Amino acid sequence: MKGLLRYAITRILLTIPMIFILLTVVFLVLRVMPGDPVSAMLGAHAPERVIEEKKEELGLNKPIIIQYFEYLGQLARFDLGESMVLKQKVTDPIKEKLPATIELTLWGMFFTLAIGVPLGAYAANKRRTGRDFGIRLYGNVAYCIPVYWMGLMMQLVFGVWLKWLPIAGRTSPRIMSSLFSNTGFYLIDTLLAGNLRAFGDVAVHLLLPSLTLGIVLSGVFVRLTRANMLDVLKSDFILAARARGVSEKLVVYKHGLKNAFIPILTMLGLQFAILLAGAVLTETTFSWPGMGRLLMERIYLRDYPTVQGVIVVFAIMVSVISLLVDLLYAAVDPRVKY
Amino acid sequence: MDKPILDVRNLSIDYPISIGTVEAVRDVSFTLEKGEALGLVGESGCGKSTLGLAFLQLLRAPGRIIDGQILYHGNDIVTMKNDALMKMRGRNIAMVFQNPLTSLDPLYSIEDQFYETMKQHEPKITKAEAAEKAGKVLEDLSIDKKRLYEYPHQLSGGMRQRIMIGLGLILNPDLLIADEPTTSLDVIVEAGFIDLLAKLRREYNLSIILISHNLGLVAEMVDRIAVMYGGKIMELGTAEDIFGKPLHPYTEGLIGCVPNIKLDQKSLVSMPGSPPDLVNPPKGCRFSPRCPKCMDICREKEPELKTKEKGRQVSCWLYNK
Ligand SMILES: Nc1ncnc2c1ncn2[C@@H]1O[C@H](COP(=O)(O)OP(=O)(O)OP(=O)(O)O)[C@@H](O)[C@H]1O
Ligand SMILES: [Mg+2]
Repeated sequence: MKGLLRYAITRILLTIPMIFILLTVVFLVLRVMPGDPVSAMLGAHAPERVIEEKKEELGLNKPIIIQYFEYLGQLARFDLGESMVLKQKVTDPIKEKLPATIELTLWGMFFTLAIGVPLGAYAANKRRTGRDFGIRLYGNVAYCIPVYWMGLMMQLVFGVWLKWLPIAGRTSPRIMSSLFSNTGFYLIDTLLAGNLRAFGDVAVHLLLPSLTLGIVLSGVFVRLTRANMLDVLKSDFILAARARGVSEKLVVYKHGLKNAFIPILTMLGLQFAILLAGAVLTETTFSWPGMGRLLMERIYLRDYPTVQGVIVVFAIMVSVISLLVDLLYAAVDPRVKY
Repeated sequence: MDKPILDVRNLSIDYPISIGTVEAVRDVSFTLEKGEALGLVGESGCGKSTLGLAFLQLLRAPGRIIDGQILYHGNDIVTMKNDALMKMRGRNIAMVFQNPLTSLDPLYSIEDQFYETMKQHEPKITKAEAAEKAGKVLEDLSIDKKRLYEYPHQLSGGMRQRIMIGLGLILNPDLLIADEPTTSLDVIVEAGFIDLLAKLRREYNLSIILISHNLGLVAEMVDRIAVMYGGKIMELGTAEDIFGKPLHPYTEGLIGCVPNIKLDQKSLVSMPGSPPDLVNPPKGCRFSPRCPKCMDICREKEPELKTKEKGRQVSCWLYNK
């Protein structure tokens, strides 16, 4: 347990240099990009003097290197600063949008695994049959499809043609927004309020975007699970278990799948970053008011501090997930000790 | 005499692969009496493991039995249905594999693996009952029963070996197939293992098929020996006969490679030539290309396994006039 704590702390400390490098890159790229917050706000035809005043006020006329160190100093005090285009702290929109993105990515992850792992395991068990072939085809196609295209197709089929599911937003307009003041996680908020109708509405809105993410990312997991299962099913302990009369179902799904799951976990940690990237695109397609859309909006507005803040939060999310994955290893595999 | 526990008749096994068909086992016949120990020896690749796995219908893909019968107490394993096979595996016939280090699932404790095995055959058994029984077996194998609660990686190779045997014996089978059970063990552990098997044989009246290319080990343990070459049995006889007056030139060669069986702990060393290609086996006797006493007929026709004297069979034209 003590080892575990030490491990977790070491891992968290190790993310600091990572975030630092990431931020430096983002900081530079933002400032190299044509345009700046002031001209984005005031337009290209504002008088020179007004623009200069505004720049002065935002500290944009200082040399970049000074701006950079000032920003780092701010971060060291756990302060993400203030938006350059709106009268708000950077943390205000983040607090509001983060739960939406977490809700979307967690369910996306859920569908990714719920689709990818069983299909891959089943295909491995039925290898070289028609079903195996079908599942592999699905895996490869899903792997190649761009997220936004998939999103559009889902909207077209389930929203426009079949009219089963809503295609935009987190709720219907008629649901009272006062319901959601508690945690910002709508599923939890509606449950806490005991409002099942609202809960259903929220769940239905979540379905298409998270399913879109899930389907697209499941391709990797179908292929990975299948390949790992095939490897594991060749091992000696599988043959030995069969030789003791252990049933085929236990052999394949208890021994086979659990052993194949370790590399799947690794992949999950790695894919989470891709999942976030996918979420940015999905949020745009489904008008999902999350971090991804916030990021896009603020990049257009050249709102440097907010963009940087969102990146920091994304980086923290990725490292938290990979830490969780490491802890899961220890839960699955008795050989792993921290 | 009772009916034999195992009666193998004209068994042939193929592995169809892309470049042709591996004729891994050809026309193998022998019987095993109750309580008897039979050694199966031969160079690497001669089909020993394939034969051992066939007794449980567990050939690795793409292996298949193409001909013959395996009568276990008179019931043919070759035509047995899946359900019956599953009941038989572990309960009637147990197998210990070539690699003890990789034959236990690393993610489950020893107790789990015992419990799973017992539960499969006695669905009503509780975890506590299973643990108690397993603990007793472990103590029989001189392993502390606390080890039940450990994971495979926490145990030494010798312990894992013995646990595999424990898992094999927990359901009281009457036939144990041990495939190279000592390859990954050191000499001391191996000696302990030999004593252990001898004791188990006495106590459980176990019949054993011991697969090995370690002639020293086989000589110490078994009553009869079947010498295999290129998927066929070349000679079969009591251990004394095989070592005392080998008939087949291949057997002579094998024993010649082991100057003193008591001293030797290593596997077979060199004999001129190399084992046959089982996709395109040589015409005539499969050993003819390497045989020092090869005659014309040997290259033309395959000899059959013929009874030479009581309990002594050999497949060689020298004796098949
Ligand atoms: N799964 C498989 N696919 C194709 N050929 C195989 C397969 N398993 C075994 N063979 C072939 O069948 C023949 C017999 O193999 P087997 O493993 O039974 O030999 P063995 O006597 O046990 O050898 P060793 O002493 O090395 O364990 C070999 O020629 C081998 O190449
Ligand atoms: Mg072998």
